[in-house]
Amino acid sequence: MLAIIGLILGVVLAVVFRPEMPFWLQPYLPIMIVAAMDALVGAARASLKHTFSDRVFAVSFISNVAIAAVIVWVGDLIGVGSQLSTAVLVVLGIRIFTNAAEIRRSVLRA
Amino acid sequence: MREAWAKFVRPSRTQLAWGIALCLVALAVVVQVQSTQSRDRYAGMRGDDLVQLLDGLTQESERLTDEVAALERTLEALQSGADADEIARQEAQRRADGLAILAGTQPAVGPGVRITISAPEGRITADLMLDAIQELRDAGAEVIEINDSIRLVAQSWVSESPQGLLIDDQSVELPIVIEAIGDPHALAEGARFRGGLVSQVESQKVGGSVAIVESPEVEIASLHHPRAPRYAEPA
Repeated sequence: MLAIIGLILGVVLAVVFRPEMPFWLQPYLPIMIVAAMDALVGAARASLKHTFSDRVFAVSFISNVAIAAVIVWVGDLIGVGSQLSTAVLVVLGIRIFTNAAEIRRSVLRA
Repeated sequence: MREAWAKFVRPSRTQLAWGIALCLVALAVVVQVQSTQSRDRYAGMRGDDLVQLLDGLTQESERLTDEVAALERTLEALQSGADADEIARQEAQRRADGLAILAGTQPAVGPGVRITISAPEGRITADLMLDAIQELRDAGAEVIEINDSIRLVAQSWVSESPQGLLIDDQSVELPIVIEAIGDPHALAEGARFRGGLVSQVESQKVGGSVAIVESPEVEIASLHHPRAPRYAEPA
């Protein structure tokens, strides 16, 4: 319940206040979003398997996002930013698909 | 129902964590979507990508510049070709006009003389007429017309019939009017010299008279209708 309220609240906040993204964050926001989605799907899988821990979720959510952003940032510093961001996206994509497959098996038993 | 309400009012930490996480993600997604939709799409790009993009644009621009140069060269070539065609066409037209005047298939206009020969019936012979024509040609006549109806050309002939003088199978009525285009003074002198047309016609034997009018503009409208040659072919 609170999850849905949070989702709606996020959308409403973004639409109403139209927060300006800081310029230095702009290249990293897409990667951070994908990392956060990965954390969310992982958490959903854990809760379906009854191994969900709010502490682990919070830590993994924050660290996932931070690490993804940092990797790409370092990549930008050493001149391989676009390649590294592709690598991070591929890895996160694979993880999201794997977790989604697990969720599918638990929910649909197929 | 009450249980759900209690859960909502005092949510578990799990619920809270989900709520905060989804709130953040939703916020970030909407902000990102808005920025990709509304902003300049180059704003969020990396320096490397921008350099690559610029490279690509520079190459494209060079390629297009080359193409423009090539097309301009083609245009120039086509224009000069068109000029050459135009000159050739004008030259051909000039030749065609000249030939049409020679062949008598086009009306002609220019300075010249109008010679009117009056004489008693039957006194003007084919020889005399032929001499007159030859003298006009000798004096540089370019176009000659008899009686406003007979255009003299290379194939023209002069003969006599019981009815009178015949030129190109048409009978020539008296008085005979010869119109010729050429240098008016030279043509008039060509007719007047001693032993020429005027002295022959005005001699005792013929007893006629000749009037010569020099005119800055003689118009010759009659045409000769050439037949296609039956025997001759270009060799």
